[in-house]
Amino acid sequence: MKLVIERRDTSSTLMRFAAPVASIFVALAFAGFLLLAAGINPLEAYREILIEAVGSTYGLSETLVKATPLILAGLGVSIAFRMQIWNIGAEGQIYIGAMGATWVALFSGLENHWMLMITMFSAAFICGGLWAGVAGFLRARWSVNEVIVTLLMNYIAILLVDYLVYGPWRDPQGFNFPLTAQFADAARFASFFDTRLHSGFFLALVFALLLYLFMERTVWGYQIKVIGSNPQAARYAGMRTGQAVFWVLFLSGAIAGVAGFSEVAGLQYRLQHGLSPGYGYTAIIIAWLARRSAIGVVIVSLLMGILLVGGDSLQMLWQLPIAFVYAFQGLILFFLLGSDFFIQYRLKLIRGIRHG
Amino acid sequence: MPELLQIEHIRKTFPGVIALDDVSFTVATGEIHTILGENGAGKSTLMNVLTGLYHPDSGKMCLDGTEVHFTSPRDSLACGIGMVHQHFMLVPAHSVFENILLALDKVPLLYNRKQYQQKIQKIIDTFELDLDLDTEVWKLSIGAQQWIELIKLLLRDCRLLILDEPTAVLTPQETDRLFRVLRLLQEQGKSIIFISHKMREVVEISDRVTVLKKGRSISTLDRGSFDREILAGLMIGQDKIPEWQKNLQMSENIVLDIRNLSVRNDRGLADLDQVSLQLKEGEILGIAGIAGNGQKALAEALTGLKPVTRGKIFAGEVDITHSTARSSYISGIAHIPEDRKSIGIAPDLDVADNLIMKSYKNPLFRRGFFQNRGAIRRNAEDKVSRFAIKTGPDGSPVRYLSGGNIQKVIIARELSENPRVLVALYPTRGLDIGSAEYIHKVIVEGAGRGMSTILIAEDLDELLKLSDRIAVMFRGRIIGYADPRRTTREEIGLMMSGERQDQAS
Ligand SMILES: Nc1ncnc2c1ncn2[C@@H]1O[C@H](COP(=O)(O)OP(=O)(O)OP(=O)(O)O)[C@@H](O)[C@H]1O
Ligand SMILES: [Mg+2]
Repeated sequence: MKLVIERRDTSSTLMRFAAPVASIFVALAFAGFLLLAAGINPLEAYREILIEAVGSTYGLSETLVKATPLILAGLGVSIAFRMQIWNIGAEGQIYIGAMGATWVALFSGLENHWMLMITMFSAAFICGGLWAGVAGFLRARWSVNEVIVTLLMNYIAILLVDYLVYGPWRDPQGFNFPLTAQFADAARFASFFDTRLHSGFFLALVFALLLYLFMERTVWGYQIKVIGSNPQAARYAGMRTGQAVFWVLFLSGAIAGVAGFSEVAGLQYRLQHGLSPGYGYTAIIIAWLARRSAIGVVIVSLLMGILLVGGDSLQMLWQLPIAFVYAFQGLILFFLLGSDFFIQYRLKLIRGIRHG
Repeated sequence: MPELLQIEHIRKTFPGVIALDDVSFTVATGEIHTILGENGAGKSTLMNVLTGLYHPDSGKMCLDGTEVHFTSPRDSLACGIGMVHQHFMLVPAHSVFENILLALDKVPLLYNRKQYQQKIQKIIDTFELDLDLDTEVWKLSIGAQQWIELIKLLLRDCRLLILDEPTAVLTPQETDRLFRVLRLLQEQGKSIIFISHKMREVVEISDRVTVLKKGRSISTLDRGSFDREILAGLMIGQDKIPEWQKNLQMSENIVLDIRNLSVRNDRGLADLDQVSLQLKEGEILGIAGIAGNGQKALAEALTGLKPVTRGKIFAGEVDITHSTARSSYISGIAHIPEDRKSIGIAPDLDVADNLIMKSYKNPLFRRGFFQNRGAIRRNAEDKVSRFAIKTGPDGSPVRYLSGGNIQKVIIARELSENPRVLVALYPTRGLDIGSAEYIHKVIVEGAGRGMSTILIAEDLDELLKLSDRIAVMFRGRIIGYADPRRTTREEIGLMMSGERQDQAS
C-alpha cells in the first residue's frame, strides 16, 4: 500500500466549490481543539460567531463594513493578477488614496457634498493609480520587477502618511494623537440603519460589477486576458504590452486608492496612523482565493468579513487573547489555501502493483 | 516476437469530450509501431495515458504480461517507457547540457560535470547527432531541440520510446537521420511507438500500423499489408478529400519588392544576406531550403518580428522599410508562424477569443469599447465548421485542443481577413491529410482572389504542388529559382545543399 499524490487531469467544477467549503469545516474542527483546550465548547462558540457576524443587524452591518475595503482592494489586486502582474502594493495604495481624499476634504475649500465626493474620489483614484503606476512605468520601461517595487513602496506610503499625521496635518486639537482633524459632514459618506454601514459598501459592489463588465465585455479586458495568457502572442498580435502594463497597474492602484477613500470618508472621517490594518495584504489572499474573478472577490471578502467580526466577538465574549483570534483566522486561511492544492491534485491509495 | 506492452479497452474522457473511447493494441519487443489517425483522434492522449500523465477511466495496461498502473511519468520512466512530446518541455534560457541534466534522476549535489558530459557526448557520437552541449536552448532550431528530448530518454535507457509527431518539425534530412537512429535502437531490441501524419514515412519505417479513429482503434496492419493508399483510405473513410484547381494566369502587378535585404541574428551573424525578391499579385512563391538557411529570418523580417539591418522593402511603389506605413502594411500581412505554441495562441482563452486575436479591433467585433460577443461567437462557429476544427465544449481553453487543431485555429484566424500577403511557414505541419488538403485549397483559392503567398515548407511535394515559382535558399541567400512544372525533387535537393547554383533565375 502506498499513498501517492496525483495530478488531476482536469479540475471539476464541483471540486472547485466543494473544496473551499470543506476546508473551512476542517479548519473549524482544528480550531475546535484549541477552543476545547481553552475550556470552551466549540459548537457554542461557532454559533455565537455566526450570530455575531450575520445574525443581527449590527453584526451584519459590521461584517459588510469590514468587507468593504477588502472588496475594493481585492478587485484592484485581481485585475493586475489577471495580466500576471503581481501588485503586492495595495496596502500602500490604500494609504495614498486615503491621503489624496483627505487633502481634498481638509484643504480644498470645497463645501458642496457632491462636489466634495467627486473630487475626493478622483483624488484617491488618481493618487493610488499614479503610486502603482510608478511600478508599471519601471516595469514597462526597464523591466524592473513590479513585485519588489510595489512592495517597497508600501513602506514609503505608510511612512509618508505617518509624516503627515505626526507633522503638518496633525490636528491641533487632537491631544497630540497622530491624526488629522475630522472631516466636515459634507465630506462624509451617508451611513445607513443607524449602523456604521456606509455608501462605500455600495460603491464597492458597483466597482465589482463594473470590473466584471470591463474584463469580460470590453476590448481592454480582452487585451488584458490575452497578455496575461501569453505576452509574446499578444505582442505578435500587435498589442502594446508596455502601455498595458502601465495602465493595468494604474487601474489596480486606483481601485485600491478608492478603498482608502472609502475608509476615510465612510468610517474614520480622518487620516490617521494605522489607517489600514493590512487590508492590502489580505486583498492578495482574497484575489488568489477568488481566482481573480470579480464576483469571487465579493464572496471571499464577505467571508473574510465574517471571520474578522466573528474573531472580535470571540475576544469579547470569552475574553480570549487576541493571539487566539489570529491563530483562528490563520487556520482558516491556511486550510482555504490548502484546498487549492486539492483542486489540482488528489491523494490516492495504491496497492503495490507498480513494478520496475 | 514477444509482446512488451498490451493495451486493452482503454477509455479516457475529459469533461464534455470522449478523447479515447475504446483502444486496444500491442507493442512487441524490437518493433516500430505507428499510430495513425486524424487530428484529434486521440493519439497524444493515448500516449499520455501510456506514460502515466493521464489516468484512464477504464481499461487495462500490461507490461511484460503484468498489469501496471502509472500515476505519473516518473513511474513509467522507472519501467523504461519514455516519451518525446509533441510540444517539448525544455527550459529555453538553459544550455543543452543543463536541460539534459534536469531530466536525470539522482544527480548528486556535487556532480562530476566531466563524467556526465562524456556520457552525453558518447550518445551524440554513437548516433551522429549534431549538437553542441553548451548552446542555450532558445538558440536552437526546433529540430535540434528534439534531439535533446531524445537524448534524455536514451540516457535513461528506455525500453519503449514514444515519439509524438517527431518528424513534423524535422527537415527531410533530419528525418532520415532520425530514422537511422530509430533503426539502430530497434536493433538493440528497443520498441518504438511512432506517430506521424506523413504517409511516406509511415510506410517506410513501420513494422505495424494501428489506425485510430474518433478514439477507437479500428485496425492494426502488418508490414506488407499496407501502402499509402490503403492507410489513407482507412484514415479518411467516407470523408471526401477537398478538390482544387490551380489558377494559371497571373497578374504582373508586384505587391512586394524586396531589395538587398539583410538581417543579422542574435549572434551578430547574417541570417539573411542581401536577399532580393519580387512577389506578384496572386502568386504563390515557394521557398525551399534546409532549415536554418534564412527562411525563418525572411518571414520574421517581413512580418516585423525582426528588425531589418540593411536593404529595402517596397509595397508597390512605397518604401515601407522604416516608415510607419510598415506597421500598417504588416497588419495586412497574414502570418502562420513556425513556433505555434509560443507566439500563435493565448492558451488560456477559448477558440472564439483566439480567432479574433488579430482582428479584435475590427468594428465587426466591437461596439465602441465593448466587444460584440454575438459576432465573435458567430465568427467562431463559422471558422470551426469551415476548417473542421475539433473543439471541446464551449469556452474550454485552446490549450486543451490537439496539436493539429491548434494549428487549424491559427490558420483560420490568419486567413480570415482576406490578407493581401500571406507568409506561411510550414502551414500543414502536424495536420492530417484531409486537413492539409483543405489548407492547400484555401491557399490556392486565395491566390485566385489575388492573395500573394510566400510559402516556406520542407515538404518538397507540397512546394511543387502549390508553387508558381520556387526560390531556393542557402546560407541566407537565394541561390536560384526553379520552375515547379519542369524541375524534380532531386534537382531542388541539390540546390538546397548548395551544390548547384541555379536554373535560369
Ligand atoms: N486535457 C484535456 N482536456 C480536455 N480535452 C482534451 C485534453 N487533452 C485532449 N483533449 C481532447 O481530446 C481529443 C484528442 O486529442 P489528442 O491531443 O489526443 O489528439 P491527437 O490525435 O493527438 O491529434 P493531433 O494529430 O492533432 O495531435 C481532442 O478533441 C482534444 O480536444
Ligand atoms: Mg497530438
